[in-house]
Amino acid sequence: MSLQKAFRDPAAAKRLSAAIAAITTRPWNIMEVCGGQTHSIIKYGIDQLLPEGVNLIHGPGCPVCVTPLEYIDKALAIAALPNVILCSFGDMLRVPGSRQDLLGLKAEGADVRIVYSPTDALEIARKHPNQEVVFFGVGFETTAPTIGLAAYQAKQSQLNNFSLLACHVRVPPVIEALLDSPDNRVQGFLGAGHVCTIMGCGEYVPLAERYRVPIVITGFEPVDVLHGLYACIKQLEEGRFEVENAYRRVVREHGNPAAQQLLRQVFEVVDRNWRGLGTIKHGGLALNDDYRDFNAERRFSVDAIATQEPVACRSGDVLKGLLKPSECSEFGVRCTPEKPLGATMVSSEGACAAYYRYRRLQHG
Amino acid sequence: MCLAVPGRITRISDDNDPLLRKGRVDFSGIVKEISLAYVPEAQIGDYVIVHAGFALSLLGPGEAEASLQAFHELAEFQDKQ
Repeated sequence: MSLQKAFRDPAAAKRLSAAIAAITTRPWNIMEVCGGQTHSIIKYGIDQLLPEGVNLIHGPGCPVCVTPLEYIDKALAIAALPNVILCSFGDMLRVPGSRQDLLGLKAEGADVRIVYSPTDALEIARKHPNQEVVFFGVGFETTAPTIGLAAYQAKQSQLNNFSLLACHVRVPPVIEALLDSPDNRVQGFLGAGHVCTIMGCGEYVPLAERYRVPIVITGFEPVDVLHGLYACIKQLEEGRFEVENAYRRVVREHGNPAAQQLLRQVFEVVDRNWRGLGTIKHGGLALNDDYRDFNAERRFSVDAIATQEPVACRSGDVLKGLLKPSECSEFGVRCTPEKPLGATMVSSEGACAAYYRYRRLQHG
Repeated sequence: MCLAVPGRITRISDDNDPLLRKGRVDFSGIVKEISLAYVPEAQIGDYVIVHAGFALSLLGPGEAEASLQAFHELAEFQDKQ
């Protein structure tokens, strides 16, 4: 589609980077929260189009990266049970648990399947009424409504051989936790465009005001990212701290009311452990009491599984922006996408994997 | 993970429950069945942003044009500097 192309136009990107250079008078640290934007920034070399001193900090917005190791171990424990079909998005299958990953378990004969959509797992449950079908779902507010609708449909049609191992996370509380941290260096944020497609912009207004940081809702194409950076730097230079929507073709002020209503119906806000960051207050969504019968953690009694993170992996510092991936002593040595030590190297949206993939020979 | 791609709705199958409404969406030649649960206002011919089998938002072409026009004006402003 031609509009999509227009947002990848190198000439437009060049003009925007010139505009950024023209308004920048001093160094700024800006965090892109979303892993999709991290991937775009490194792939297109957007960080190299910026003036000296404008530093991009790659945030914790990759749900695969921040899913606690114990959830991978819970998924492995459930998938290893006889008579279970475990379905998930493809990128979860390669995340190492404490002993192996789901692909390894599949190679040993477990029925583990990749699906495009959570509702595909419902179809599998309908086709296999004598087996337990479990969907292992992680994600931000963007993905939660897709998994929520699978739960809603299962309850409506009393599909009792279907359940969900759901580990969802919310963006505003993690931004707040980062800003509250004594070693915070972030002065402005690019907001996650597709999260705001669901949730709208309102949740970010109190954060922008209280912490005096501009938050610019941004898209994913190179021109979108540069547009977001221009708007963010312009606010910083002018001493403004507002929530600004730089992704108007997709994001509406109040988000998506139908999706928000379903989230309220199916989920409740809970405190959640984020890999590398620890417990984030109100940082997650869990199936609420009305949906407890569809909660796989209860159904298969795996609630008690708890796992320690490997010490060698410094993904926590990467997620906070305290360490660039290539500054880690394990990067590219003992830790590669083929043999990841931690989740920021597993997913293509993880900062470490993006650096490895697009900058193998560079350190910086 | 939050990747979402634009496509055009070519067919809609309505359901009594609006949350079960589905449509065929064409992504530059690849056609998939997509849930329209969260875009109750969507019509045939509309562009939608799709994530994990669900349309999450109608794409406003007017807004896209306005953004591109703004970049263009920014460039003209730069050229005058």
